[in-house]
Amino acid sequence: MEPLARLGAIALEQFRGWGHAAFFFLQMLRAVPASLRRFDLVVAQVHAIGNRSLVIILASGLAVGFVLALQMYYALVTYGAAENLGLIVNLSLVRELGPVVAALLFAGRAGTSLTAEIGLMKAGEQLAAMELMAVDPKSRVLAPRLIGGIVSMPILAILFSAVGILGAWVVAVLLIGVDAGNFWSIMQTGVDVWRDVGNGVVKAAVFGVLCTVVALYQGHETEATPEGVAYATTRTVVISSLWVLGMDFILTALMFSTP
Amino acid sequence: MGKRNIEILVGLFVLLGMLGLVFLALQAANLGRVGGGDTYKVQARFDNIGGLKQRAPVRSAGVLVGRVTGIALDTQTYQGLVTMEIERAFQFPKDSSAKILTAGVLGDQYVGLEPGGDDANLAPGDTIAQTQSAVVLENLIGQFMTGRADAAGAAPASAAETGK
Repeated sequence: MEPLARLGAIALEQFRGWGHAAFFFLQMLRAVPASLRRFDLVVAQVHAIGNRSLVIILASGLAVGFVLALQMYYALVTYGAAENLGLIVNLSLVRELGPVVAALLFAGRAGTSLTAEIGLMKAGEQLAAMELMAVDPKSRVLAPRLIGGIVSMPILAILFSAVGILGAWVVAVLLIGVDAGNFWSIMQTGVDVWRDVGNGVVKAAVFGVLCTVVALYQGHETEATPEGVAYATTRTVVISSLWVLGMDFILTALMFSTP
Repeated sequence: MGKRNIEILVGLFVLLGMLGLVFLALQAANLGRVGGGDTYKVQARFDNIGGLKQRAPVRSAGVLVGRVTGIALDTQTYQGLVTMEIERAFQFPKDSSAKILTAGVLGDQYVGLEPGGDDANLAPGDTIAQTQSAVVLENLIGQFMTGRADAAGAAPASAAETGK
């Protein structure tokens, strides 16, 4: 009976956590209109979350494009299908790698800083002080960061894919000498704007919501100690990454199940 | 950093994102190519469509003129009903014929249009009367085997006939 009770306790604790996080998310959503009236706060957050993640995203996108093109070339050239390289790199970037890798980097670069920031605000009782001054911390602090994350993530994923494709072009066309006309035209024939590019952007938007909400929730729920903030930051990365990977499988199954 | 600078940087960031999206849509995907333009629909019935898929190209003399937009089973004749959208710039005679062909040995299948000699052109909604089905490898091998059994020694000739 004891193991069964423990299992039940774990499950209940999980559900409680999810419910709490969902409730937190809804409260933030309710604060979004109010925070849109202070638009400069949102702009500052897009800068902190989006602009400052740009370098790592662009560098990673370029590297992924380079490596994908090289490896695919070695595999494809045995079948005399090196021209299809652009198509394969494009589809894998736009559909999967762009949104997923950008989201993982986003969780590591922007999510952790959000958690640490909110966590330290909470540890320093700044959030409580705001409430005492009748300033709603949800609309003043949390909601602008949520909007910033939701706006930034799709842009970062798009740039990741675009730079990756350019990287593949550099390796395939400029270095290896694959025909440029075939490289682009096979890509253009095989990639659909709405189905592939559009769904990729939708994925990125979903991941943006997920990563930002996880980061803000972990920061908000942190224990008010240095170890607590460190622990919350670590958890942000782990939980966001797992959610992104799991959600990606579900979204892929929904979006690309029909050929 | 001043508020103004931050606004400019965020503006640049969003603009960069839009440029990336335009690049993905125009240069790396099919927007602005066949499918978005002015097209007309024609249909064709095939005994067997093989591995033809939606969005497969429709080519005439190897040139891309349209795309397959719908595949259904005609429950009256039990034939595959293929709907194609052809760019309005390309008009074909009414007695044109449609074939399902394969690009390369293992490539994707596409519809090949061969123009006929009629003066009138295919109108939107018309059905192409003359069609030739996809070559199904299993049937081909089956015919080759039976042809071989029927007339031992004449197999290459019969294979060439049935393969057409």
